[in-house]
Amino acid sequence: MAIHEVKIFNGFERFWHWTQAALIFILLFSGTGVHGFHHLLDFEQLVWTHVIAAIGLMVLWVFAIFWHLTTGNWRHYMPTTNGLFRVARYYAWDIFKGEDHPYRKHFWRKHNPLQAISYLGLKVFLFPLLWLSGLAHLSYGLWQNGPLTNSTLEWVALVHTGAAFVMAAFIIIHIYLLTTGHSFIDHLKPMITGFDEVDLDPEEEAYLRKDEPWRIK
Amino acid sequence: MSRKSFRFVSRWPLSFGSAAPLIGLLLAGLVNGAELPSIDGKIETGIKEYTELSRERPVDKSVTSLDPHKDKSTTDHSKLKELQGPFKSGPEVTKACLGCHNKAGDQFIHNKHWTWSYTNPKTGQHLGKSVLVNNFCTNARGNTGMCAQCHAGYGMKDYDSYDFNNQENIDCLVCHDSTGKYYKLPPTRGNKACAVLFEGQPPIDFTASAQSVTLPGRNNCGACHFFGGGGDNVKHGDLSSALFHPSRDVDVHMSEDGENFACVVCHVGEGHEWAGSRYNMLAKDEKGTGKPGGMPRQTATCESCHGNTPHPNNLMGVKLNDHTDRVACETCHIPAMARGGVATKVDWDWRTAGRTRNGEGYREEGYIQGNGEARHTYKSIKGSFKYAENLKPIYRWFNGTVRYTEVTDHFDPGKPVEINHLEGSPNDPDSRIWPFKRMHTWQPYDKGNNTLVYMHLWGDDEDAFWGNYDFARAIKRGMAEAKLPYSGEYGFVETYSYWPQNHMVAPKEQALQCQECHAKNGRLADLKGFYMPGRDSNKWLDIGGILLVLATLGGVLLHGLIRILSSRSRRTH
Repeated sequence: MAIHEVKIFNGFERFWHWTQAALIFILLFSGTGVHGFHHLLDFEQLVWTHVIAAIGLMVLWVFAIFWHLTTGNWRHYMPTTNGLFRVARYYAWDIFKGEDHPYRKHFWRKHNPLQAISYLGLKVFLFPLLWLSGLAHLSYGLWQNGPLTNSTLEWVALVHTGAAFVMAAFIIIHIYLLTTGHSFIDHLKPMITGFDEVDLDPEEEAYLRKDEPWRIK
Repeated sequence: MSRKSFRFVSRWPLSFGSAAPLIGLLLAGLVNGAELPSIDGKIETGIKEYTELSRERPVDKSVTSLDPHKDKSTTDHSKLKELQGPFKSGPEVTKACLGCHNKAGDQFIHNKHWTWSYTNPKTGQHLGKSVLVNNFCTNARGNTGMCAQCHAGYGMKDYDSYDFNNQENIDCLVCHDSTGKYYKLPPTRGNKACAVLFEGQPPIDFTASAQSVTLPGRNNCGACHFFGGGGDNVKHGDLSSALFHPSRDVDVHMSEDGENFACVVCHVGEGHEWAGSRYNMLAKDEKGTGKPGGMPRQTATCESCHGNTPHPNNLMGVKLNDHTDRVACETCHIPAMARGGVATKVDWDWRTAGRTRNGEGYREEGYIQGNGEARHTYKSIKGSFKYAENLKPIYRWFNGTVRYTEVTDHFDPGKPVEINHLEGSPNDPDSRIWPFKRMHTWQPYDKGNNTLVYMHLWGDDEDAFWGNYDFARAIKRGMAEAKLPYSGEYGFVETYSYWPQNHMVAPKEQALQCQECHAKNGRLADLKGFYMPGRDSNKWLDIGGILLVLATLGGVLLHGLIRILSSRSRRTH
């Protein structure tokens, strides 16, 4: 096993990440405005900003889900307890002693166990909660006269708002964790260039050198 | 100011003449802390009311029908031999009208404008000017000698003895004259102090009026309806003399720069019955234009022309169309009431009525409205008033049903009495959010029986309040004439009445923006019982959410701090 500079985030993945990041910031800004936390834009402007950004994000997600399924990238997010405790202990304790991160990226496992389980939770729980509650809110005009009424809308809004608070907390932790390890830039760079240090076994290296030489430096 | 107005002292025996104003002052003082009106404004003595109703009106050439053939009338009434006159009175003209329009008389004697009586089929309540008590001049009952100035008939001096089957007493001209010179006066002359009302009026040219007949223009309906409650825009808030010739931003439909509609374009009807009565409203019109090709339906709703999905087919339009099932068109499209320079009365205090100066009633100007005209803020015959213009309406859930406090209804005088209670709630699918003018008044009531009262205001007798300023006698007489029980003791009670806002629809660019309502302290801040985005949030969720975000921030900062400190301590060791 040896560390190599390998391209682990391809073009689509980086585009997805940054577009999603931008849209989430727009949604947080407009969402807090609609909620009444600030009045930097009119309610009307805030609502349309929120709706259009949300529709954009959902379109992006349709492509992302397709990409995950067809390329097999979903495998990166399979939860595992193998090494989870060590990573957790690292952030809770070992990091203060200046120890190195216990996890090395593998070619088919680019997230550490804690990352994987966090992102999985984000993707299968928090995002769907936001989408579904958001879509329900947006389509209120279509269902308000059915068995569900205005009091349901209040619950929809509560779920959406609550999930948004959790999302904001996630972003804070996500950005903070970039400062751990060597440097902020070191963590940021892979999502810009696509290249990160990966622990390759000889077979993986041989395969990359022969079949995808552009992915390995 | 007229010097001819009546003085008490010269008319009544001294004992009464000197006591009445004193009693009035005493009463006013008892209730209102002896507060005399300020004398900043112009003060006039005497009684001079309702002259606006009898002055020449600006004639409009308004569009009276959406029918494209509207100008192709088959009759020029001025050429009819039946109308060559000369006519010396109104009933003579009516007789000539009914000679050809031989079903019109029977049609009209069933109309509210004639009967002053209406039974609401939803509530079963008997309504109409003949019975209701409002919180302006309070009652037409017993005061018909004055109030019937706006009865669409001739000579209704007394409601109970009037012959409602005599079709020749129908006043065709008040609605159909197009000279603008036809006018009506109160059927009786009232107290001598009111004589000024009848002075200096030019004779009516009945023949010219009869030959001028057309479908009613704005000036016909407006001659009474713009002056309801005793003066320009006093009552409704959305019906004022500004609508004779409104600018486009005051009323997009009635403006000559807009559609130039007459009232009857929306208040459509046939056979002398027309749509749009406040007594029984259609608060949610789900039929819309009544497709296919059903227009105009016999209803005065916005939807009957504009449909239920009137906004354009884009993102914003779809969202706005989403609102029409719960928000009345008027709510967004009438951004403010009493626009166009004419104020509306919003507050009336009868407790101060009856003050005199040198034994004489007087009135005081204290409000200059947008068009520069002064309005009276005190009148001895009515009390103190407050006015407002460009006023934000109040908003209520409303399903079209209004329940009136009838004169026989008992109430708790400890809290404000609703003259007309609006039915509706967010949980009622037939209710929508509607804009209203709310009128606040302190008015007399029967302290013993806790009911509203009829007051005898107008009359050439010793009991009429407008002359003797004595509530006790005026109420006793008013109740006795109506054969109603009266405890003999009166007090003053706070009342509210609600006036739906339908007119003065602004151009679309002036419609309310979303944040007028979708805000914490927006226009709908006091409407409870439903969730509205932008207004409502859960306090505990917000606190929990903010705490979560702050705790996360604090957590990562603490984590970072420990990392920095521990790495320093490692370096120093």
